[in-house]
Amino acid sequence: MIDATIWPARDYSRVPYRLYHDRELYEREQERIFRGPVWHYLALEAEIPEPGDFRAARVGDTPVVVNRDRDGEIRAFVNRCAHRGALVRRELSGNANEHICIYHQWCYGLDGRLMAIPFRRGVRGKGGLDRDFDMGSHGLRPLRVAAVNGAIFGTLAQDAEPLDTFLGATILAEISRVLHRPVRVLGYTRQRIRANWKLYAENTRDNYHASLLHEFLVTFGLDRATQVGGVRMDARHRHNITWAEADSDTAEAARSAYNGANIRNDYLTLRAPELVEFRREREDNLSLIITSIFPSVVFAVISNSLAIRQIRPRGVDEVEVHQTLLGYEDDTPDMALHRLHQANLVGPAGLVSMEDGEAIELAHRASRPDRDRTTVIELGGAGVISDRDYRVNDVPLRGFWSYYAELLGIEPPDAVR
Amino acid sequence: MTIDPLALVALFAEYGALLDAGRYDDWLTLFAAECRYTIMPRENYERGLPAALIFCDGRAMLEDRVQALREANKYNIHSDRHVIGLPRIVAERADGALSVEAPFAVFQTDQEGETRLFATGLYRNRLTARGGSELRIAEALVLLDTAAVPTLLATPL
Ligand SMILES: [Fe+2]
Repeated sequence: MIDATIWPARDYSRVPYRLYHDRELYEREQERIFRGPVWHYLALEAEIPEPGDFRAARVGDTPVVVNRDRDGEIRAFVNRCAHRGALVRRELSGNANEHICIYHQWCYGLDGRLMAIPFRRGVRGKGGLDRDFDMGSHGLRPLRVAAVNGAIFGTLAQDAEPLDTFLGATILAEISRVLHRPVRVLGYTRQRIRANWKLYAENTRDNYHASLLHEFLVTFGLDRATQVGGVRMDARHRHNITWAEADSDTAEAARSAYNGANIRNDYLTLRAPELVEFRREREDNLSLIITSIFPSVVFAVISNSLAIRQIRPRGVDEVEVHQTLLGYEDDTPDMALHRLHQANLVGPAGLVSMEDGEAIELAHRASRPDRDRTTVIELGGAGVISDRDYRVNDVPLRGFWSYYAELLGIEPPDAVR
Repeated sequence: MTIDPLALVALFAEYGALLDAGRYDDWLTLFAAECRYTIMPRENYERGLPAALIFCDGRAMLEDRVQALREANKYNIHSDRHVIGLPRIVAERADGALSVEAPFAVFQTDQEGETRLFATGLYRNRLTARGGSELRIAEALVLLDTAAVPTLLATPL
């Protein structure tokens, strides 16, 4: 059983490989994190605009359905019949007046209440349920829901802190900025990676790897460690924003830095430069903003592509990354096309993201046999966990582990937070 | 103009063989001078959602994709095997343009010799036959059944 003695360093600069491979720990994560006092992204209000619209979602292993009821309220439930535990809503999305389980046709309203049971009084006076069977206590199990600018979050824990406090001002401001205008869903991509979900959660907080693993960026001289950038976390350091500013370094500075590291830089040009052309559309000039919210959602702005990535664990050895690609409703036709072009940068086939799937599979595969050995998380220094205004760091990974340890009740004595 | 069905079969056979051999520059010669190449999850297509996994909107973007694959992108070390079903002519226009479909499966094999089904789907292509000469691909729409991409998608389908 994994406990507080697991950590070789109280600043989380060493993470034992066991934490990516332990099956018992996976079950505890489901209980303490996914069913615990944490908020999980479910869907966008724009995906269920009309009463009766529903969408399937996941909170860890738990299937969830989120719908808009007759009064326009957003509600979410565990997608599981109170009778025999079967999945009630089988479609991924649609519109309905009620949710009926196909097994015995128990029928639930859009508010989750159990409305009807076939043969409740039996047939010809025989069979059926006892008279005192309580319909009221056999509805679909509700989640608490809350939204930020149309992004719906839910939690199974009634004692979770309010969503606004959970996110904190820094993260709230960034989500609000991404979703400041009504959005339109451009499509979805999915990817199944044979690696533990936490390796992906770390990857999105890792500023150091960006221009090293994703060689497209440096080959075409687009995004580089010499740019002005850094990481910004919430007060508890569980969430993170990785950011970089467009056109904030010189080609010469980049060339000398990368040549010093023996990396070829900026030696090819694109025939279709619109693939990487950054059109400024906010008051700041940030062309990279990766907002990772603990534990399982990422709002990613890469150049003019906008996406919400959900990290969906599928057992200890596999994770699905589900991406929702977005544009704004008032995008001009030209801008709408530009976003479709820049969707080439992200996702399972992304010119600047495909490598992540391979990298974390390599980490998962090679770390499995030697569970007492550890990773090294020390870029930007060990010790205190804090914001950095430079790119070569992986400090937010330690923030992730710090909150992870707190939730699982395995914080070491005098833990750095 | 009547299209020789064997020429159509030969085009798809060449397409799969060049990709499986990793001869991406030669694969590009199967496309017309003005062309498009799109890999789209069927779940997007059927809902009328425009975003794709790969959207090469013009020959320049397609060439950039191939160049990036060769020079920049890193991906799982593997070989591909395309198994392409019989093509079907959906529509034939007076100017010689053809709409055709063919189902496919692509298997990937890693260095240990382990093979997995990587994708199934449907090619829905528009072909040109300028002046009755060789068929060329003006538009390839690869509709992907396997929307849950295993690991990552680098080498073209
Ligand atoms: Fe990455």
